[in-house]
This record gives sequence, C-alpha cells and structure tokens, in this order.
Amino acid sequence: MSALPDFKNRARAALADPVLKVAIDRTTGNAERKRAAAVAAFPEFEAARARGKAIKDHVTAHLDHYLELFERNATARGAQVHWAADDAEARAIVTRICLAADAKLVTRAKSMLGEEIGLPHALADAGIERVETDLAEHIIQLAGEAPSHIIWPAMHRTREQVAELFKAGHQPPPAAEDPATMVQSARRVLRQKFLSADIGISGANFLVADTGATCTVTNEGNAELTTTPPRIHIVTAGIEKLVPSTAHAFALLRLLVRSATGGEMTQYTTFHAGPGRPGDADGPEEMHIVLVDNGRTKMLANEFREMLRCIRCGACMNHCVVYRQIGGHAYGGTYPGPMGSVLTPVLDGLAASRDLPNACTMNGRCAEVCPVGIPLPTLLRAWRRRSWREGLEPGSLRAGIGIWAQLARRPRLYRLATRIGLPLMRLFGKGGWIARLPLAGGWTAHRDLPRPPARSFMDQYRARQKGRK
Amino acid sequence: MTGEPKPTVGLFVTCLVDAIRPQVGFATLQLLEEAGCVVEVPQAQTCCGQPALNSGDDRDAAHLARQTIAAFEGYDHVVLPSGSCAATMVHGYPDLLAGDPDWAARAQAMAAKTHEITSFLCDVMGYAPAGRRLNASATYHDSCSGLRELGIAAQPRALLSHVEGLEMRGLPGNDVCCGFGGTFCVKYSDISNAIVTEKAEAIEGTGAEILLAGDLGCLMNMAGKLHRRGAKTRCFHTVEVLAGQADGPAIGEEAS
Repeated sequence: MSALPDFKNRARAALADPVLKVAIDRTTGNAERKRAAAVAAFPEFEAARARGKAIKDHVTAHLDHYLELFERNATARGAQVHWAADDAEARAIVTRICLAADAKLVTRAKSMLGEEIGLPHALADAGIERVETDLAEHIIQLAGEAPSHIIWPAMHRTREQVAELFKAGHQPPPAAEDPATMVQSARRVLRQKFLSADIGISGANFLVADTGATCTVTNEGNAELTTTPPRIHIVTAGIEKLVPSTAHAFALLRLLVRSATGGEMTQYTTFHAGPGRPGDADGPEEMHIVLVDNGRTKMLANEFREMLRCIRCGACMNHCVVYRQIGGHAYGGTYPGPMGSVLTPVLDGLAASRDLPNACTMNGRCAEVCPVGIPLPTLLRAWRRRSWREGLEPGSLRAGIGIWAQLARRPRLYRLATRIGLPLMRLFGKGGWIARLPLAGGWTAHRDLPRPPARSFMDQYRARQKGRK
Repeated sequence: MTGEPKPTVGLFVTCLVDAIRPQVGFATLQLLEEAGCVVEVPQAQTCCGQPALNSGDDRDAAHLARQTIAAFEGYDHVVLPSGSCAATMVHGYPDLLAGDPDWAARAQAMAAKTHEITSFLCDVMGYAPAGRRLNASATYHDSCSGLRELGIAAQPRALLSHVEGLEMRGLPGNDVCCGFGGTFCVKYSDISNAIVTEKAEAIEGTGAEILLAGDLGCLMNMAGKLHRRGAKTRCFHTVEVLAGQADGPAIGEEAS
C-alpha cells in the first residue's frame, strides 16, 4: 500500500540476510534459465512480442470503447460490474458486497491488484476471515507478510522456513518436512475452507471485452476452487487487463507464461463468464466484477503510458541485478523490481518512493526481457526527471551535480580544475591506488580507486602536439 | 593508396579517461590512425553529460549536449572509447533536444555519425590489428550500455581474436551488470558492492590473468573491487590490448 520512507535501511537489512540471498538466487536463477530455454524453443518469440505490444497499445488507445463493451457483455452474462476510481473505492465496494451477503469466510486466489488496493487489511477490518488459497500466498499469510515477488509471493522463504510455518500453523501439523507431505498438509487445510467459504475473490489476468469473461491462470487450480463453490464470486481487476477477444488473450498468454515460469501454458487457464446459469453443474449465484482505475487513466495521458502494457510476468525482476541482491520487500511498495519502481511512484507518490527509480544501474536487461517491450529504463529516467524538477532529490546531490555541471560547461575552467584536482587526489594514494578519499566514501567504502595520473589526457595530448610542431 | 581523402574523426576521450586513464585515449588515437583516419581531439570537450542525464537534470545535460555537438559536428565521424558515453550521444542527445527546433536536427545528424571505438573500427573502417602479440589469458565483460543500446558484442571479440597468443576465456554472466551504474555506485553503495562482489567472484573464477572491458567506469568498479579483495587480475580497456599497450601498467599499477 504505502512505500516506507527508508529504502536504504531496508536494502541494507536485506543484504545482510544470507538466507534471503539463497532463496532469491534459487528462484530467480531457475526462472532465468527456464525463460531462456522457453524463448529459445519459441522461434516466433519476437513476432509474438511485437503482436503482444500492438494488442496492448491498441486497447490502451481505445480503452473507453473496450471498457464499455466489456461492461455490456459482462452484464449480459449476468455479472454485476462496479467501477472504482481508486483503492479506497475498490475496498469499499468489495467490503459492501461481503457485508451485504453476511459473509463470514472469504477465500482469495492470488491477485496483485488485491494487494494494490489493500484488500487483505480491508477484509480484516470488516471482521471477515480471509483465507489465501495460492500455496505461496498461504505461506505468507501464515507468516503475516506481503508478497515479495508478483509470481512467487513467498520466494523470500526457504523450504526449511516454510516447514516451520506449517508446523506452527497447521492443525494437525504436517507429519514430515518433505515438499510432498507439506503440500498435502496445505491441501487438507485449504480444502475445508474452499468448501465452506461464502465468497471467493480472484483477480483477472485478462478481461475479455467481446465475451464479458474474466480469465485467471494458475498452476495449482486454486482459482477454480475459489471462484466456483462459494455463493458469490468477486473479481477485482485493473482496467489495463482488457483485451478485445479471447484470441488476443491467448496471444498474450503465450508471452506471459513463457516469460513468467518458462512453461508453454499454465496448468489451469479458466474463463469466468457470468454466474452459474440454470442447469449448470456448479458456479456462483452472483458474480461481481470491480474495475479499478487507481492511477491508470492518469498514466494514459502522461509519460508512463507504456507501463499500461505490463502483463505482470515478473521477468524484469528476475533479471534485475538490484532485485537479485535485495529481494522484493526492500522496495516497500506493492510491486517490486523494475516494474514496481515505475508503478510505486504512481500509487504511493514520488516523494515517498523517489529512491526506487534511482536505485537502478540503467543496464537495460529488464527491457530486453520484457515480453511487451516496455522501455523500463526510459520510464525510470522519466521519474528521475520529475524528482529533479520537483526538488525531491537530496541537496547534496543537487549541489554536487550543480558544481560539476558549472565546470563541465566551461572547458577552460574544467581543464584548470583537473590540473589542480588530479595532483591533489594523488596525495591520498599509495602506489597505484587510493583506499580512502574524502567525499568519495561511497566508492572507497567497498573498493579501491585507481590513483589518477598527475596530468590529464588533454594536457598530455597538448604537450605532445606542441612537441610535434 | 588511392586519392580518396581520409575520413576525419573527432575523438571524444570521455571525462573518466581524461582524468584517470589517459593511456586509453592514446590507444584509441593510435588505432584510429592505423585504421586510416585523420584524428583531432577538440579542446572544448569535457563530459558527455551522462551524470546529469541520469540524475534527471535535463537542463545541464542539454547544455552539455549542445556544447558537445557544436564542438564535434564538423567531423566525418565522432568516436569514443566508451559504449555508455557513445549511447548518450546516439540516443540521449536526440531525446534531450527533440523539442528544440534549433538543435533537434543537429542532434540527429551527430547521433548518426557517432560510434564506440571497437564498432567503428570493425563496422565502419573494416580494420583489424596486425602484428600484435600478448601471451596471456583474458576474460571480457560486456558493458551494458554498449551491449544493449548499441549492439556491441561481436566487434571487440573479433578484434581481440587478431592478437596472437591471447587466450580468451568465457566469463559466466558476461552480460550481467557489474553494479557501476554511474552515480548509482556511490548513491546506493551497499547494493552496488553486493553486485560487484559477485562479478569479481566470477572474474576470479575464470582464472584469467587479465580482465578486459570497453568502458572505463565499469573497469574502475571491477578493478577497484578486485584489488580490494586482493585478487591479482590485471585490468585493461580493450583498446589498450588492441594497440599493443598491455606491456605497460594495468589500471591501478604505477609506471615503474
């Protein structure tokens, strides 16, 4: 929900946690290898990426048309469509539906949008028991944590830690600590909840405009058990999830699944078109779809528009050198990694999150793997530009850049400064290296600095040219 | 020789090479002359403006862009021993000046003739070094901006393959960032340190005697970390080896 102010301290704590690093390396390393193999085995990947990008751009350009089309078709199927301008409205709508239905127990299938709008807290505040049904979400619910990755919410937890959580949280505790036994235990605990829940809440990977259906993809089948047995199914989805048709959803699924897990298809790909009809074997009595804006239409009109293409695959964070050192929680927002560093300032304000777009080396690997070609470094730089313009960057940095720029804009003065500065810097060195240098502690705390020559290239070159004449 | 005039090249040595490693500037100059160029080093150059650009300070970045374009646009080509500074001129300048009617076209024209040194030697001049020998093992790190913004990967390797006796060893994670990131490495020093530590471990793991790369910023970061760790790896810019200068002091070694 809100970015904590102290990014650097959180990052430092994460860096000091060797177990976290093991967990991050396991998951992201696997993800990177599997994605690479999936893309290598998919010769038309580039064409699919171009198509995916075009589909998303088309929908973004005609969002009003597709939103109305979706609403009309979903309503015709018997679903009730609700519009939420921001997170507070979305929470209020969901809570109202739950209270009107006198719901005591709600099951939830993993949804980052639900996290974005603060649904877990809202349900707790309304006195409604919430059960997370995705295995990883189940783990972090037991731990009382937020997701640290948009695909693997519990990726910061090792198997050994999960065993401890299950021992304490399952009645009776699992008989052994091997994955199969632990999964069986979770299955047993969750199965009771699936069948007794009053309401099931899911997100949506796609909103299909021409059928009015919502689509969820999972590998565990928990979304189906969340959305089918309860009396009421509530979908919360960001308005950027729209696609014109089912065929377009599949075009994007080919990119989403390969980029997220390296698979070709998820185990479960389900389209939910309205509540159960007379004669259906199962299905909810009511289906509600909450369409959430929460900053998205603002992005339509500003420099972050391309971010609306994001299909939430997580490839950018799996390939990010910063994420792979600090993990997801250090970012402090709902969404971590490169895509999160673009979105968190939209959701939580730039003042609270200015570190995120800055804590990036601009190496471009995220954009390279993005399945819908979002130029993430360009968008991060756009936030830096705003932060500079709005005076949010620290005074020390502004002063440093200011002095440096004044010199760099005056070549003669710059030469003079180099002529004075280099011999001065040399005084701090021994042999070829400088181990400590005033004002350069950020560098020398962790690495040595090559000792500069007494004379710059430009001075040496000029002397050489004079010698030639 | 035919009567065709030699191409003129404006050499932008970059602020880091100017202050920290002049050898890289001289090696670049030598290679350009060997490749048949007439090289000049305009005195009005300072920095390409990347620190301002990456800090969000577009006003200063645009000022430096205009200053640099004015100093270099008269040459047939502009060449830099850095993929990241070259990418700033190729992509950054046209973006920065896109809304400036007096400068947009000039930025585009300059971008079209700006090259990183190894890609210029290979792709434009068709140059290959001759008679170079270095009996050593080396590994190569692909600096991110050059690799992803300019497509520099094959050129340095092709040029290095002409150096006799040089055994190139693959670097695991060769295309993963070293953690430099310009001002990032001092602003987020702890994160940068964690990244460059992994990079140093990978470099040491190759057992190569020499580390090569095409950007002095990344090289200073990796060399500084390797030295702090007590590793014996010697670090050079690619052009130093191509110009036959690797018998001199490596980064962080004093001339004896």
